[in-house]
Amino acid sequence: MAGKNLFEKVWKRHKVRTLPSGQDQLFIGLHLIHEVTSPQAFGMLKDKNLTVRYPSRTFATADHIIPTDDISRPLADPLAEEMLKALETSTQEYGIQYFGPESGKQGVIHVVGPEKGLTQPGMTIACGDSHTATHGAFGSIAFGVGTSQVRDILATQTMAISKPKVRRITVNGTMPEGVGAKDLILAIIGRLGVNGGLGYAYEYAGEAIDALGMEERMTLCNMSIEGGARAGYVNPDQITYDWLKGRPYVKDYDSMIRYAEEIKSDSDAFFDDEVVFNASDLKPMVTWGINPGQVVAVDEKFPVVESLPEEERETALRAYEYMGFAENEKILGKKIDVVFIGSCTNGRLTDLREAAAVARGQKVAGNVTALVVPGSQEVAVAAEKEGLDKIFKEAGFQWRLAGCSMCLAMNPDKLQGRQISASTSNRNFIGRQGSPTGRTLLVSPAMAAAAALAGEIVDIRKTGAAS
Amino acid sequence: MSVPIKKFSGKGISVRGNDIDTDRIIPARFMKCVTFKGLGVYAFNDERVDGNGKSKGHSFDDPEYQGNPILIGNANFGCGSSREHAPQALKDWGIRALLCESFAEIFAGNCSSLGMPAVTLSKSDIEQLQSFVENEPKMEISINLETMKVTAGSREWTASMPEAYRNALLDGSWDSTAVLSQAYTEIDRVAGELPYI
Repeated sequence: MAGKNLFEKVWKRHKVRTLPSGQDQLFIGLHLIHEVTSPQAFGMLKDKNLTVRYPSRTFATADHIIPTDDISRPLADPLAEEMLKALETSTQEYGIQYFGPESGKQGVIHVVGPEKGLTQPGMTIACGDSHTATHGAFGSIAFGVGTSQVRDILATQTMAISKPKVRRITVNGTMPEGVGAKDLILAIIGRLGVNGGLGYAYEYAGEAIDALGMEERMTLCNMSIEGGARAGYVNPDQITYDWLKGRPYVKDYDSMIRYAEEIKSDSDAFFDDEVVFNASDLKPMVTWGINPGQVVAVDEKFPVVESLPEEERETALRAYEYMGFAENEKILGKKIDVVFIGSCTNGRLTDLREAAAVARGQKVAGNVTALVVPGSQEVAVAAEKEGLDKIFKEAGFQWRLAGCSMCLAMNPDKLQGRQISASTSNRNFIGRQGSPTGRTLLVSPAMAAAAALAGEIVDIRKTGAAS
Repeated sequence: MSVPIKKFSGKGISVRGNDIDTDRIIPARFMKCVTFKGLGVYAFNDERVDGNGKSKGHSFDDPEYQGNPILIGNANFGCGSSREHAPQALKDWGIRALLCESFAEIFAGNCSSLGMPAVTLSKSDIEQLQSFVENEPKMEISINLETMKVTAGSREWTASMPEAYRNALLDGSWDSTAVLSQAYTEIDRVAGELPYI
């Protein structure tokens, strides 16, 4: 009989029962909340006369609406202020730990959870945010949920969910210089499609994955949802344990490791599906369209619509129309107006180091506005300690305060009109970065920094400084 | 427990296009709110009006389709963000059920927890239905979740949806909090046995 994979083992430990509908009732070990998708859930609790069952298992921060230039209160935007107040009131009322802007611990929820050591191997984690899959980097199973589930988790610490199948994505070989986790996940989504992961959780495995640091594993797992998979994870190993050691919420390091070793996928584990990639084939990737699956390698041309699978053609036509691009054009040399470096995908210290290595001693092109937004206040402090802020500022980048910022532009950081951005975020959807006609090219931090200097998309493998 | 939903009938509204993401259903800038009430006016906002407030001719603005409660869409509907604001905005606009070729997973779950059937039909059936609705806005469509048949006029199509969502709608357990709350003893047992706090 085949062995079990991590997903199977963790699910079993957290399953409360099978519900009459056929779904499972799953216990959520760690619940993360932010200001956008939780206030309605607290409202629903009140309507139903319920309370928070396990307040010590929920943690909150504010990220989506936080301005990155001035966070003095009240916030300039009264709606944003109201949302922030609602979160402060609710967390206080129910005794939930809240990392607010004044705490020095605030940031993007998917950056804050891991850096506090809240995220640990073998947990079930949920958050009202689709990029919750990020936490899978630690060998936890982590889902994005809607507000009704946030309500359920607050009220019962459980949610109703059908167990997905598990696909193992094995990445063999070594990644070439200038290519990182962001390029890998974009290549995976490009090949399997934006809904290729529907009904699956992804296990990322193989030599190239084992070699990734924790931040890169987070980048990889983070974008699982962009490929349709609700969760993605990497088996925990020594790299995981070393990264977590000494973090505030890692109370018992040895028992954490014991449990992690227990829930790792068995060497003969069963998977519902397997896909293999070769890391040495990878190149820096850039999206050209309106979903993350519309992506090419930096030295490729945009696809001919007729050559695409039939089900992708209509979206491709829409993408060309929206982006103002044409078949067979090169991505190399595409002019950009804005660069955004940050987000739950690429707003961590190693991402900022990668971008700073490119920016060091250089200048941002005259027509480009370039923003660096640290993923959390702690990332900002660590980066400043290394002098990264100086490197960026001297090169003409704006060094901002922590938050989600222009990834989804719920705060004042927005594209204007038809501007094109080279962005380290996760979505190039129509209007995503705050202008209904704005355009987004998704890239790695190194590629974004290089684009800022050149004012256009360049190949980081040729311009150098990829560290 | 919530109300069982076994059948639903109403007029249709076609929203064409694959991969319609939740940012298109409700752009993030309209999510600055602490309740879901009133989101309907922003449903598909940027698809409906251009930068100068001029109508782009979206079906949600077509007088013929105002209040039609069955949205008929294409593949991978509701992909992207987990925001429940998306189905809530559709619901607030008046949508009560969705017929599509396929749905993104989180979106389908969100619809289910709001008691909105998110039902899939084949690509050719959806195209037929969309054409029917575009030609005859007043045509009544019936969705039967017990037989998983969709009918309009003399036509009938076979539909499907995940069994768990279907069961939850049929037995009225789609508003999940009440069902989940029945198991506090087992919940506490599972919590007590976890090797982490």
